Formats: sequence, structure tokens, C-alpha cells
Amino acid sequence: MTAVPRSTLRKGAAVVARGMREQPRWFAVAVLGSAVYGIMTGAMAWVIGRLTETVIGPAVGARAVSTGQLWQIGLTISAVVLLNVVGIVLRRVGAGYAMFGLGAAYRQRVTRQYLELPLSWHHKHPSGQLLSNANADVEATWNIFAPLPMALGVVVMLLFGAVQMVVVDPLLAAVAMVVFPLLFAANALFQRRMSPQVTRAQQLRADVSEVAHESFEAALIVKALGREDQEAARFAAVTHQLRDANIAVGRTRGTFDPAIESIPTVGTLVVIAVGAWQASRGQVSAAEVVQVAYLFSVLSFPVRAFGWVLGEVPRAVVGWDRVNAVLQATGAMEFGDRSLPPGASALPIAARSVDYAYEVENASGGRDRAPVLQAVTLDVTAGGTTAIVGPTGSGKSTLAGLLVRLVDPNTGMVLVDGVDLRQLRHGALAEAAAFVPQQTFLFEDTVRGNVTLGLAVSDDQVWAALRLARAEGFVSALPGGLDTVVGERGANLSGGQRQRIALARAVVRNPRLLVLDDATSAIDPSVEQEILAGLRQAVAGTTVLVIASRMATIALADDVVFLADGRVVDHGPHHELIQRCRPYADLVTAYARDAAERADTRHTDTRHTDTAEVTR
Amino acid sequence: MSRQSAGPIVDHTGIGSGSDLSTWATLRRGAALSPELTRGLTLTITLGLLSTLGRVLVPLVIQRTTDEGLLAPTGPDLGRVWMWVGIALAGVVITAFSAYAVNVRLFTSSENGLAALRIRAFRHIHDLSMLTQNTERRGSLVSRVTSDVDTISAFVQFGGLMLVISIGQITLATLLMVWFSPVLAAVVWACFVPLFFLIRHFQGVVGRAYTRVRERVGQLLGAIAEAVVGASTIRAYAVQARTAARIDVAIEAHRAAAVGAQVRAVVAFTAGQFVSGLTTAIVLVVGTWMAVDGRLTLGELLAFLFLVNLFTMPVQQATEILNELQNAVAGWRRVIGIIDTPADIADPGEAGVDLPRGPITVDVEQVTFAYPGGEPVLRDVSLHIPPRARIAVVGETGSGKSTLAKLLSRLVDPDQGRIRLDGVDLRRVRFDTLRSRVVLVPQEGFLFDASLLDNLRFGRPEATADLVRDTLAELGLDDWASSLPLGLATQVGQRGESLSAGERQLVALVRAYLANPDLLILDEATSAVDPATEVRVQRAIDGLTRGRTSVAIAHRLSTAEAADEIVVVDGGRIVERGPHHDLVQQGGVYAALHASWSAQASSGG
Repeated sequence: MTAVPRSTLRKGAAVVARGMREQPRWFAVAVLGSAVYGIMTGAMAWVIGRLTETVIGPAVGARAVSTGQLWQIGLTISAVVLLNVVGIVLRRVGAGYAMFGLGAAYRQRVTRQYLELPLSWHHKHPSGQLLSNANADVEATWNIFAPLPMALGVVVMLLFGAVQMVVVDPLLAAVAMVVFPLLFAANALFQRRMSPQVTRAQQLRADVSEVAHESFEAALIVKALGREDQEAARFAAVTHQLRDANIAVGRTRGTFDPAIESIPTVGTLVVIAVGAWQASRGQVSAAEVVQVAYLFSVLSFPVRAFGWVLGEVPRAVVGWDRVNAVLQATGAMEFGDRSLPPGASALPIAARSVDYAYEVENASGGRDRAPVLQAVTLDVTAGGTTAIVGPTGSGKSTLAGLLVRLVDPNTGMVLVDGVDLRQLRHGALAEAAAFVPQQTFLFEDTVRGNVTLGLAVSDDQVWAALRLARAEGFVSALPGGLDTVVGERGANLSGGQRQRIALARAVVRNPRLLVLDDATSAIDPSVEQEILAGLRQAVAGTTVLVIASRMATIALADDVVFLADGRVVDHGPHHELIQRCRPYADLVTAYARDAAERADTRHTDTRHTDTAEVTR
Repeated sequence: MSRQSAGPIVDHTGIGSGSDLSTWATLRRGAALSPELTRGLTLTITLGLLSTLGRVLVPLVIQRTTDEGLLAPTGPDLGRVWMWVGIALAGVVITAFSAYAVNVRLFTSSENGLAALRIRAFRHIHDLSMLTQNTERRGSLVSRVTSDVDTISAFVQFGGLMLVISIGQITLATLLMVWFSPVLAAVVWACFVPLFFLIRHFQGVVGRAYTRVRERVGQLLGAIAEAVVGASTIRAYAVQARTAARIDVAIEAHRAAAVGAQVRAVVAFTAGQFVSGLTTAIVLVVGTWMAVDGRLTLGELLAFLFLVNLFTMPVQQATEILNELQNAVAGWRRVIGIIDTPADIADPGEAGVDLPRGPITVDVEQVTFAYPGGEPVLRDVSLHIPPRARIAVVGETGSGKSTLAKLLSRLVDPDQGRIRLDGVDLRRVRFDTLRSRVVLVPQEGFLFDASLLDNLRFGRPEATADLVRDTLAELGLDDWASSLPLGLATQVGQRGESLSAGERQLVALVRAYLANPDLLILDEATSAVDPATEVRVQRAIDGLTRGRTSVAIAHRLSTAEAADEIVVVDGGRIVERGPHHDLVQQGGVYAALHASWSAQASSGG
């Protein structure tokens, strides 16, 4: 892809304009500082000239100097220096506040999007990329504000100098002015070459980060299978691509930087050569040529400041494009304004002709829709416990996600207490319903923070919830009790402990609807049994839906929904289903049969009743 | 790789920050770690100085051109002007070409060196023990091989070159100043001496500020990762606002640290600028006094001012680069901190032993283990496992049974006692042998964002698709794989999210089967599965454990019953062991557990 420089420039200007609008004060401070700096830099030469003419020259001529005169020299120059330094401080501190303020503001906006956009959007974007968008890309976008005030502050100087040149000799000025378009042309060419290379390097930087992230998350399995070398090779491959891309960037920069730097010098030399010829013809005085040449060399520096800004433009544009892609992403869940009836009574929930399909990547890299649920209609009455049973891949977890509105159905609707979930105001469902997902997620927060998630409940209530989730024992044994920080994603706890904290998180809310997606998988069966039994007693005012993958869980349910291939095959009490629904009977007896076979072959003498009774 | 010998007492240290290294030591260590950085450096510096020479001399030549050619007493001397212009142009071309060469050489050497550093740090992170890895956030580990290295490359590629050029310019300007007036040259240097002390002071201040910024970046990434990884939980509990508040705290902490560092860097830079300006003032005062005394002409004084400028500009530049250097050193320290963190569970390497493949005997001898800062979770545990035995370890949560799995697979080393494989201390077994003979199937088998095939053969990437297919058939899983949309080519998504938890466990089991270990350790590998998949898993485990020694951390009755021997762990000790029926009849801890399991299962009717 070759970027069109003009569009890159235009986009760059738009990024800059956006930044200025959002940080006008700090930006103004920076430009003001830059102007002071520019004026004082110019003033220095003028002040030294004036001092030489009025103080130093006469003193040297008279071979006598008073202390007062020496003070005058020293203090005048010191004053200019001080103002100059103040200018620099204002410029750079202002630029810093503007730049980091913008970075912080956009990080907030990007992460706000991460929180608002639907789960389906998250599924399509690797987490390494999202981390990179919020961090490196935001930084790349606003780094342009570091050199920008400097460039803008000297614009005045540039205009001032150009006018002076024209006044001296229009021809000489014209010769000199050829150089500026040349500089811009060189910069444009630079950008054109640079933009795709920078895009690639940034993409690869994100790739490196993604591989590292994935690999470190997989550290245990890498160790368990001794694949450290293989992982290092995978990381090395993408690192080497990044290295080559960076070297390509360096080569381009290496070609253009010296060229762009020499253009003003060459221009000065041309001015002198042409000027000498003009002077020999009597068109201008030699002194005027020197003046123009001097002006030219003074002006070439600010022009280079523009070069630095232009150099940042491709990076900023690429960064902005990535950041903006997140900001422009739509599909955030829409909410209505309805509330659920107040009270603590259990809520009925229903699904009406719900279809849901995931987008999956096909072999050719395109996206297909893989239907997961089809025409699911379901009525769960208030109170009581319903188990959702089905073979792997039948859509159980998707159904659970739909019931608590993690995702919205493609067609059909989910009704809680007769209200379409999409008509409820934001937060209304979460206040009444709790969901414990299959994969537990804990925040890097205290145990208390992880249980309450900001809900105003007393410590007694937290302990009660932990007790119900059989987490009281290990939490009270933690060094800080409820105040113990659980580590990144709960790393300081075992899988079972994390699940129990997640259960307590659901229970502490006294939910009117509780959806458990295989939420006890990492917990000992005996403990699981205690928890489920405890829940059953404690949650009398709750409609409970459990994705059940074991008999024990099914046993706790008043009602069973049997899913297969994304459809509700049957719905009713376990003892009825097992009689009338053959596939269901096959599924739930499969385990029992298998276990029974084992028992027969191994321990015929102690044949136990547990699995056999399942089929009773 | 660190080859620290693993003594009986294992020191579970966290990851080093490397902050005990001085700036100079950090740079030396950094250069030693990436020899590519210094390879051919002499030529690069020579070229850099050549381009510096051009930068200094070209303005001088231009001055000559105007003085001797344009402003010649007899009017503009065209021939002389063009000669000087020609010389200056030649100088410009040489300058540009050497600058080009310097750029390319620096980019090539630094990118090569830093890529090697990244890979080395990455590799070393995997060498660190689980306990060490867990002392730091994953996001923070990632930043050590990404953004920390980026700060180094930014410095080496831009600042480093400027530093070389500046030092060349300072040297050249000093020589010229001494030639004009040794006294004034001494005055200039005297003015800059306080600056050097200031720089030393600011280096520390600015360096600490940038270290803080880097730490904040790590925390920022951690906070952002929560919004990404915890997406479902955040939505289910509608805690967007709360999460946003947590992220905002991290964002603001980073912004404040970055602004703070910037302000400190600006103060340090302007100190240089201020001293430069004052130097001009002092030179002018002293120079005027000398000129009045007749020791200097007015022309010489003005020419000297030009040289002061030539001197102060690179000095300021150097000050600024030294600030940048601090940033890079902070990054470098963090990377070095990783590399210097000893791998406390280290490969014995050459000194180690290779064990021939075949049936394996395991002996656990009086092993005691505690997590850092905690009470022992296993106390004085001894266990003999004969070849091809199928052992199930049962016990309550927190009884220490998962720790036993970690010890057997050497994810942790015992604090006291030892574990022997075929009579050889586990710590003396080379990792090549260890990881091919002993395989752990962890509780949560991580899947990579790749095809099912690649995930299955993760432990043995050379396995062909046909071999994997045969393996699936042997384990009775071929119907499962073919039920997936694209069979083995199905993309499993990030962390394997397009597969169910049970399917992910199947993947973990197939991986282990392909790795073909002699000792298999299963840690709760059969949780979260529907009955049909459970059957598949059980059959796969049967196939997997057949003919090998296996230790299963059992959470399922069937796993325990199927074992040749059951080991019951309670309160960090082995309290019972024996075959299922013996233990049930003994009426001890296992019998109670079994009763509870049976009750649970029978209530399913």
C-alpha cells in the first residue's frame, strides 16, 4: 500500500487540530513559550550587536572600562538568557501537559469503548491488539505534540525573515525560496516512503506484544511440555520481522535525514554564489548578499523543526487510525428505560424463538456464521431450579450468556418477567440477576472488592456469602482476610478458590435470577455438593438456572431443559425426560454406564450404588 | 541461562529490578548482553565524527567564502567565491554520506542487538519458576520484552548518535577555543563545571522519575487488560463504571508520572541552557576586560563568541541526551533485572543426568514444602511409586495434593527432602529428559490462538496431521474432532474460547499423549465436562495412562476407583494409602470422602 502524502498530511493536520481543540490551554502555553524562546534567540544576536556598538567597542577604543559598564553587559545578556529559559520551560512543560493529557484522555475513551462494546466485538479482536491500541497507539498519536509547539512558535520568525529577503532583492529571495519547496518536496517523499514502513513496524510491534502475552499466559503448559525453545523460536520469528521492519525504517530515515539537513546549507551556498554574481554585476551590494545568506541560515533551523513534525506525522496518523477504529466501533448494547418490578421475589425468564450465530473464521480467512442456537423457546417459572443439559457444543453456555444479556439474540427475544431484556435500563438486569461464568475472572483487588464489586454491603453480608460458597475457611486463613489482594486475575488463589469467590460474588447480591455456567467445575465434589445444597436453601426467592455437566447438579434441579444441536429438544422434570426423551436418557446414562463398567471390571466386590442409581 | 545449583533450601525471590546497577554499570552490562551493539562501533563513531567535522567546518568555510570572496577589499572575487563554494559543497556531500552510513549502521547493529536481547529475556522468563513468574503481572512481563526494549532502541538509534556527534563537537570547539584564547577557554570550562555536578544530580532525579513512569506503564497495562480479559464478568455485573474508575486511576497515575518526569527533564535541560547563556555573558564581560587591557582584539572576542556557541549547543544537546539516556537505562535495568533473576528451578545442564526412557520409578522422600511466606503445605511426605502404577491422589481442597503434582513435575523444588526418578534426584535430571519423560496435564490447559491441529501437537510440533489423526482414533476422539466445523483445521480462538472447557481438556490430554511421557501427572484434568465428554475424557485417560506410571490428582470418584492405589492427603500429610476397596473398608478419611461422593451421585436418581 502506498499512502498518498496529501491525505496523510491532511489526516495529520486533523489529528493536530483535534489535539489543539482538546488541550487549548496547555497548547497555548507551549506556543507562547515557543514564541518567547524564538524572540529571545533572535534577540541574543541583536543585543550582542548593540552592546558591541555602544559599550564594548567604545570601551576597547578608549582602553578603559568602568565596573558599571561590565555590569551592564553581564546583566543585559543574563536577562535575555533568563527569558529564553522561561520560554523553553513554558514550551516544553506546556507540550508535556498537552501531550500526556491527550494520551490520558484518549486512553480513557478507548478503554471506555472496551467496556461498552459488545462481547462479540471483543471476540473478534485479540487482546494483545487491544492492549496495544490503548497504550502504544495512543502514545504514537500524540507524540507529535512534543515538537509541534516549537515549529509553530517559529512560524512568526519565518514570515519575518521572508519579508526581509524580498525587500533586499526579489531575485535573490526567489532563488532562496526555491529551497523551501524543495525541502517540503523532500519531506513529502520521505513521508510517502515512510508511512507504509511505519505502519508495518507498528503492526509487528503489536504482534510481538501479542505473542509475548499469549506465551506468558501459557507459561505453565509451556513448562509442563518443555516447549520453552519452541516458544522462544516463535517469539524470535516475529521479533526478527520487527527488527527487519525497523531496519527498513532506519534505512529510509538514514537516506532522508542527511539529505533534508543538507538542503538549507546547499541553499545558503547557492545564495552566496548567485549573490556574488549579482553583486559583480552591481545589482546588489555584497553586504546585502551576506545579510540574505545569514537570514537564510537562521531560517533553515525552524524549517527543520517542521521536518521533525512532518516526521512524526506518519506515526501519528497510523496510531490515530488504529485508535479511531476502536473509538468508531459501534454495536454497543442499547438499553431501554424500563425497570423490573421492585422487591426481592424470584423472576420468571423466557426465550422466544431465539437464534444466535457466532462469526467464525473459515479456512480462506473470511468469516462465516456458525449457528449455535436455533429457534429456542423456553419458559422458566419464577423460583425453583432449572438445569440446562446437553452434549458439548450444544449451545448451553451461549444460552446462559443470552439469558443474562452478555449478548443479544440475532432474532427472537429474551424476556425477564415479561420484559424484553433490551428494553431494560442499563444496570437493571445486573441488579436483579447474577451470573457466574465457566471461566472465573477475578480483579486484582481485595477479596472484599471482588465479592462486592462496589455493591454497598456490610462485611457480615460478605462473610455470609463466603460461608455459603464455602470460601469462609480459606479467606479467614489469608494473611489480610477480606483485605487480602488476590493478585492479577486471582493468581494467588487456586482454581477452586477463585470459583468460590466468584460464587460468593453472585450470592451476596441476593439475586432474583441466578445463572451458573458450570461454575463449580474446579471444586471438590463434596464441597460442591455442600455449596449447591446451601444455595438451594438460601435462594428461596431466586430463579436458578444451572448449566449442568454432572448428575449431582441435575439432581438438584426441579426441571431440566435438554439442548442438542442448538435446539431445545425437551423440557421437564428429570424423571419424565429420562423416560420420554431417548437422547437425554442416553446422555445422562452414558456416564453411569461407563462408570459401572469400570466398577464391574475392577471392583466387583465393592460395587457401589452411586452410578447405578442414576438410571433408576 | 543461569546455572545456579539448586541446594536444599530454595530461595523464592521475586523478579529483580536491576536498580542496584549504576548508570554506567547498566550500560556496560547492556553492551555486554548485546555484543552486536558495539560490533563495528569504531567505524560508526569515526563516520559520526567525520559528519560532525563537516557540520562544524562547513559553516566556517561559508564564513571564509563571505569574508575572503564576497567581501574582498577589491569587490566580490567570483573565482574565489566559486572555489570555496565548491569546497563547501564537497564537504556537504561527505557529511551527508557519512551521516547516512552512520544511521544505517546504527539501526542495523542496534536492531540486531536488541532483537537478540528481547529473545533472550523472553526465553529467560520461561526459564523462571512458576513461583517467580507469579510475583509479577503478565502484562508487566510483556512490557519487559516490548516497551522497555523500545526505549533502549530509541536511545541507541537517535540519542546515541547525537551523543557521539556532540562529544566530537565539544572536543573540536575546545581545541579551537584554546587556540584563540586559553584564558577564555578556561573561563568557559570553569562555567561548565557546576553544570556537570548539576547533571549528575539531575540524572538521579530524572532517572528515578522515568523508572516510575515505566512501572506505571506496567500497572496501566494490567488495568487495561482487566477490561479486555474480564469482559464477560464486567458485563454480567454491570460494573463498567467501577472498572472504568479503576482504569482511570491507573491512567491518571501514569499521566502524573509522565508529566512529573517531563518537568524534571525540562528543568535539567534548561539548567544547561541557562548555564550556556550565563557563560556567554561572563565571556563577554571577561573578554571586554581583556580587550581593554589589550590582550585580545575586538574581532577575536567576537570570533570567540561564535566558538562558545559551537561549544554550548552540543553541551546542551548532550545534557538532553543524558536525560534520554536515563529513560533508556531505566528500560535496560528492567530487562537486565529479568535476565539476572536466577532461575531457581534450573536445568542442571552438563552436570545433570540423562535418564534412559522406559518404565519409571518415583520416590518421594521426606518432602516438606511451603509457599513463600506461608506455612508448609506438605510435611515430611514419603511415597514410593513402582513402574506403571496408576496412583490417584485424593484429599480436600488445600490438603496439598496439587502441590504434590507440582513437585513431581518439578515446577517447584522441595524445601526439605527429595524426589527421585529411577533413583536420581529430580534436580539432577536434565530438562530435556525431564520434560520428555514427565508430563503434567494442568487444571487449565492453555490453548493458543491457532488451529486445533497446532494446539494438539504443541508438545511435539513435528507430528504430522496423519499421526495426530491416528492418535485421536486411538483415544477414541476422532468423532469429536470431525464434529468440529473444520475438523483439525478449526481455529480455536483466543485461549481456545471457541471450544468448551471439556474440549479444552481433551486437547490437553491429546497433547500429553503425543508427548508420550513415562510419568504422567494429571491435575484435576477431568473437571467441567458434560457426561458424554466425560466418557470421552475417561477413555482418553485410560489410553493415556496405559503402560505408564501415572499420578492423578483425583476429583472424580471414577478416577480414584480406577487407580491401582489411592493416596489420601490430609493437612499436608499422607494419611492413608491402598486400593479402593481396602480404603473403603478401613473406614477412614477416604471412606468418608467416598460416602459423600456416593451420596452425591445417588441423589441424581
